[in-house]
Amino acid sequence: MEQELGISVKNVSKRFGDFVAVDRVNLEIKAGGLAALLGPSGSGKSTLLRLIAGLELPDEGQILLTGKDSTYEQVQDRNIGFVFQHYALFKHMTVRENIGFGLRIRRVPHKQIKARVDDLLELVQLRGLGDRYPHQLSGGQRQRVALARALAVEPKILLLDEPFSALDAQVRKDLRQWLRRLHEEVHVTTVFVTHDQEEAMEIADHIVVMNKGKIEQEGTPAQIYDHPATPFVMQFIGPVNVMHRQKEQVFIRPQDVVVTLSPPTEPGTFTDRARVKRIINLGWEVQVELSLDDGQSLMAHLSREQFADLALTVGQVVYTTSKDERSFPLDYVI
Amino acid sequence: MVLYLLLMLFLPILTLFATGFSLPPDRFWSIATSNLAWATYGITISLALGSAVCNGVFGTLVAWVLVRYDFPGKKLIDASIDIPFALPTAVAGVVLTTVYSENGILGRLFAPGSPLGSLWGEEGLRLAFARPGVFIAMTFVSLPFVIRTVQPVLEDMEKEVEEAAWCLGASPATTFWYVIFPPLIPSILTGVALAFSRAVGEFGSVVIIAANLPFDDMVSSVLIFQRLEQFDYPGATVIGIMMLFLSVALLFVINLLQNWSSKSG
Repeated sequence: MEQELGISVKNVSKRFGDFVAVDRVNLEIKAGGLAALLGPSGSGKSTLLRLIAGLELPDEGQILLTGKDSTYEQVQDRNIGFVFQHYALFKHMTVRENIGFGLRIRRVPHKQIKARVDDLLELVQLRGLGDRYPHQLSGGQRQRVALARALAVEPKILLLDEPFSALDAQVRKDLRQWLRRLHEEVHVTTVFVTHDQEEAMEIADHIVVMNKGKIEQEGTPAQIYDHPATPFVMQFIGPVNVMHRQKEQVFIRPQDVVVTLSPPTEPGTFTDRARVKRIINLGWEVQVELSLDDGQSLMAHLSREQFADLALTVGQVVYTTSKDERSFPLDYVI
Repeated sequence: MVLYLLLMLFLPILTLFATGFSLPPDRFWSIATSNLAWATYGITISLALGSAVCNGVFGTLVAWVLVRYDFPGKKLIDASIDIPFALPTAVAGVVLTTVYSENGILGRLFAPGSPLGSLWGEEGLRLAFARPGVFIAMTFVSLPFVIRTVQPVLEDMEKEVEEAAWCLGASPATTFWYVIFPPLIPSILTGVALAFSRAVGEFGSVVIIAANLPFDDMVSSVLIFQRLEQFDYPGATVIGIMMLFLSVALLFVINLLQNWSSKSG
């Protein structure tokens, strides 16, 4: 039984001078999957993507694409689609010529190219803009052209390097959902790089969190969010309160903070007395900044209903517990 | 601004026309189309065109190397590209003549009896005091144009655009011809046109390196100078006007090129 194979990265390292960009990374991405490489800048996520593409060569390790050892295969022969942060469109070519480029250099007959380009323009919702030049398009449209161009050669693997980070917030949101839908239609094994945890959670079915050239944790968005393996992941994925208690660092998500007007009656729960310092009403939720008796501050995100029930005012004394928290020893270095 | 242009540009040109066209048309025509005048136009334009094309090819190459590669002394080389602009052209003429004359470092290689020179027969290939010398001088004085017009365009070109082409399956050669070269064409052509008009008008270095023999290696600007030496001001002016028309025609071509490049850029 032949199982369809995706991307397999085995013990791969890449150094730039003294800087270790990717440090003995092992990674499996299943065929047809949509994976996100998530991490801060300098975490090695883009380098890892470029290694998979063949735009960089690893110093050690092995990269298999659809089961074939591609470690030293030329970029041109890997049959990948790559989408760059700043689109990298051919400025002297029209949208049509850009999308058809990969087919043209493969000497595909003109008629076939035209038909395929028409299909792709439809797919990326740019019908009617085929004869424009890139500089006549908006950022979001350019990135869709780049995507269509990458898909034209029917790649086995689609790689996107921070594809939406140069775009406006609203366009970015639209394109994320659009990419998800597109992936459902096209089903090509896709890896994209992002530093935006929300973007990763929204699009990917598999998230790989990277830090300092290593993988901190990987899993489904829910696994990553609910069971962060390290303080780094905890802090990187979503807002979090970092509290100090004795010899421990305690991480509490703002929405896990429970605010009550009187001390809880159940014995054994850790309770803090706090004073309301600031109230930020965002409409869909209310963020309350609390100042604990020992001077530490704590953020609580309350729903509108909870906030209305409590009727909090600035300066009021309240009691806090947490629904969920994770603690790591204090000497744990992030 | 208008006054500046009036004083510096339009007034001198108008004076040139006024002097030239004060001649009766048939006399103007006979000077402008005399056998010698025709010969100099031909020599000037063909040699200038040749040197401009030569600079187009090698200038692009130099710009490419300066932008894409790092090597010791790169800054120095980059700075010395502008020397032909800074050097008085007469000095350039003297230096080039020294290098390319029969006894010069390079001229010697093509001298009669030398292995390379023998390829051109017993007489060898005469560089200085002949057409090749004029060609060399023209090429020297217009060398910076193409390099300086192509360099910024190459610098602006993102590496990612090339990588995108590779990912789509394009070999480095295909990438060059389809992706890198086309955006360079307008700036190369602009540089070539500038170099051409500079070479057409060149006098200082050419008059020194050439033998200035009529019908052999005499260019238009030298002919004008000879007319002036003989106090034949109308003759000089007429040939000057003919050269001016040539320059205007060229500027027109440059303008077309710039329009074209801004449209597809």
